[in-house]
Amino acid sequence: MSDTQVTDAHGEAIDDDKRDFIFIATGAAAAAGAVSLGWPLVAQMGKAADTLAAGSIEINLANVAEGQQLKMLWRGVPVFVRHRTPAEIAEAENTDISKCPDPQTDNERLVAKPDGTIDPRFLVMVGVCTHFGCIPVGEAGDYDGWYCPCHGSHYDTSGRIRKGPAPKNMTIPDYEYISDTVIKVG
Amino acid sequence: MSGHPSTYEPKYAATKWLDHRLPIIRMGADFMTFPSPRNLNYWYTFGGILTLCLVSQIITGIILAMHYVPHTELAFESVQRIRRDVPFGWLLQPMHAVGASMFFFAVYVHMFRGLYYGSYKAPREVLWIIGCLIYLVMMATGFLGYTLPWGQMSFWGATVITGFFGAVPVVGESLQQWLLGGYAVDNATLNRFFALHYLLPFVIAALVGVHVWALHHVGQNNPIGITPKTKKDTLSFHPYYTVKDAFAVVVFLLIFAFFLFYQPDALGHADNYIEADALKTPPHIVPEWYFLPFYAILRAVPDKLAGILLMLGAIAVLFVLPWLDTSKVRSMRFRPVARGFFWIFLFFCFILGWCGAETPDNMVPFLSVGDKGLNFTWLSRIATFYYFAYFVIILPILGLVEKPKDRPESITKAILGDSSHGAAVPAE
Repeated sequence: MSDTQVTDAHGEAIDDDKRDFIFIATGAAAAAGAVSLGWPLVAQMGKAADTLAAGSIEINLANVAEGQQLKMLWRGVPVFVRHRTPAEIAEAENTDISKCPDPQTDNERLVAKPDGTIDPRFLVMVGVCTHFGCIPVGEAGDYDGWYCPCHGSHYDTSGRIRKGPAPKNMTIPDYEYISDTVIKVG
Repeated sequence: MSGHPSTYEPKYAATKWLDHRLPIIRMGADFMTFPSPRNLNYWYTFGGILTLCLVSQIITGIILAMHYVPHTELAFESVQRIRRDVPFGWLLQPMHAVGASMFFFAVYVHMFRGLYYGSYKAPREVLWIIGCLIYLVMMATGFLGYTLPWGQMSFWGATVITGFFGAVPVVGESLQQWLLGGYAVDNATLNRFFALHYLLPFVIAALVGVHVWALHHVGQNNPIGITPKTKKDTLSFHPYYTVKDAFAVVVFLLIFAFFLFYQPDALGHADNYIEADALKTPPHIVPEWYFLPFYAILRAVPDKLAGILLMLGAIAVLFVLPWLDTSKVRSMRFRPVARGFFWIFLFFCFILGWCGAETPDNMVPFLSVGDKGLNFTWLSRIATFYYFAYFVIILPILGLVEKPKDRPESITKAILGDSSHGAAVPAE
């Protein structure tokens, strides 16, 4: 540009730096306003307070007979409580987990009681296939555990993924023993 | 809007007054007299048919929304109530549900028409891409709408599809729960799906406006793919193509009416007459028929994320097709080799649809004996491979090596032959 000073209609000198500053400051304020208004529009779609609050259920394990599976609705998804037979426990414990897609020992998938002992009879997990969220069918599949009818994932008696498209073992929810036979999920 | 000189002359004082201020009558008149290639065949009537489908879906949809209740406890019942108790609900609800299928049927014909006659090639790339966008929004709308009756297929279809987002690395689970508004598909999900299902058709309508704008800017393609050179190569849209479109619409409505009045549930799934149950997955989840090929592609790979990427890729590849097909010849009529590959492509699209409807581990009839032979997983792998090969290998290479047949100089010559001098009338 030339050295001659640029003036506006009133003959006043135009300070380009000042104008740039005002332009950027205005733009920045508008952008910040848009983001702070935009965030509530996005965040409203998340979990509502009542959804978050409906968090925990108690299950009495004494009501589940050997070989039986209890299905409870927790946070809109089913929780499986399976009272496993000795054969199923043995199968779960004697698996060579190095060949599993998501290696975990059977004990890693169980929660200890307050006194530190583990009851291998009761397997508690979220009964949702880790592929696309279908509910696997019990006592089915090539590994005597669960089989997902949607896309053919096979889980073993510990709920570990063994075959098929699911990437992970069935999820173990947060739960604790609040007495010898009662657990609290969530 | 249109790219041809306006011939509209306002006759009355009032229309002259309006033409000065808002030339809206002129816009309509120019639309009706738009010069269209004189050789358009019936495959070119599906644009009009699709417009009708969109209007029909919006009207019946708004009516259904007056009676439907988007709540997990009431949704299923309210749809049954529409069908049984609401005056003419027995007609209007299936008109919307069957209409969705007819809409997709028409859009597939329209798309394959475009593929066959090279309607995606210069200068129609943007026109084609807008069309792909419309198709994408249609898929979203169809999926959202299928959730609303809250049957078993609605619920589990929604669970599987929203599960796709859970496969996104790192943020997948948060993203999925944000979309659902909870830990699983529930009332929050149903409500937002209803709101969005109401919104998207209007997005489609806007995109259709842009699609038609682009069409009128570059002009229609035609079965021989030769650009009209003189006025003789074209006909006024009205009455020539309005009448042709109207006849096609009547035939289309006959098929529509057959399903609507005699087989209203043939295109749906019986399990959707069972109310959604979050504790029980149906033994065999299938999407609506119009998504089956993509479902087969999804299941063709044993990996979750890879399956989704491949399925999205099957749609994404359509967007870049104008740059993948290296041939300058538009119409397959003059591409004997490409034409063969096109028909194989169409065949494999049907095969993918078949695979999507079957259980992956089942054996394919005729191609297996007992446990030996081809199962549906492998058949869908073969078909998926061809689907992609057609776009990313065959079309790019063919354009370079194929020798196209001689093309006529103009549309008029193609119709009347070289000996004739244009305006000749066949002696009879």
